[in-house]
Amino acid sequence: MNIKFDIEGGNFSSAGLASSEVKRLLKQLNIDIKTIKRLVVAMYEAEVNIVAHAYQGEADVEINEDHIKVVFTDHGPGIDDIDLAMQKGYSTASEQVREMGFGAGMGLPNIKSHADKLNITSEVGKGTRVEIICYLNA
Amino acid sequence: MSLKTKNINHLTVHSIAQVVNGTISGAPVDTEQKIEYAFASDLMSDVLMLDTNDITLITGLANPQVIRTAEMSDINLVIIARDKKCSSEMINLARENNITIIETPYSVFKVSGLLYNQGIKPIF
Ligand SMILES: Nc1ncnc2c1ncn2[C@@H]1O[C@H](COP(=O)(O)OP(=O)(O)OP(=O)(O)O)[C@@H](O)[C@H]1O
Ligand SMILES: [Mg+2]
Repeated sequence: MNIKFDIEGGNFSSAGLASSEVKRLLKQLNIDIKTIKRLVVAMYEAEVNIVAHAYQGEADVEINEDHIKVVFTDHGPGIDDIDLAMQKGYSTASEQVREMGFGAGMGLPNIKSHADKLNITSEVGKGTRVEIICYLNA
Repeated sequence: MSLKTKNINHLTVHSIAQVVNGTISGAPVDTEQKIEYAFASDLMSDVLMLDTNDITLITGLANPQVIRTAEMSDINLVIIARDKKCSSEMINLARENNITIIETPYSVFKVSGLLYNQGIKPIF
């Protein structure tokens, strides 16, 4: 099963809609709650990153027998040094983003610890691609 | 404050609301629910990092992302401190996701102290 969600950069009031929909769907599919939480927390962090740091993006969710794969692609400033961005506490979040309760520099490390696989590629000035995989029987 | 109350290591949603002089909104209260653990933070990623379930979130922020964060983290009680008022958007989101909100005039520090004193435990 494949589902696609649009994610609007800068719009904090709709941030989390994709993750919320996926959570509802996975519950209906009777996926175990621990796996659901791992996936949706990772998804939500990636979703908020597009809202906080990029202009526009999408999430492509693929639900398979044994794993769920979500690919986030965005148009945005991109990430120059991915290793640096992955470090706990590293953040370039704006004042506005911090006021919303984000900008701790914990999102990417959080995705890494919750998901079974995380792959990030990025081109400065163009955008970022974040791929998350969670196995269903892990 | 007496030894007697200190022995109780869980509270109901209604008793928590009473302790923090708060008002309840969002999803209807689960009167059976026993609150044992709480975590106070204004940083949503710190909340999302936790792998403990069934905790209460105490925060000084009042925006829809607080409720979204609670939703993703399977948190069903959020205490909004510092007299911050929840928007109807927040309240609707909370209802949809079965999250109860307590709004309190007290600061995060005071709420935490009061609940700690009642036996609510930290997660670390
Ligand atoms: N989609 C993206 N586009 C551009 N830059 C990004 C993107 N995602 C992350 N970054 C960069 O990587 C940094 C670290 O991201 P991370 O999610 O770990 O922290 P944060 O978003 O700043 O804060 P937090 O996630 O704790 O709220 C960001 O501050 C930003 O510079
Ligand atoms: Mg982030």
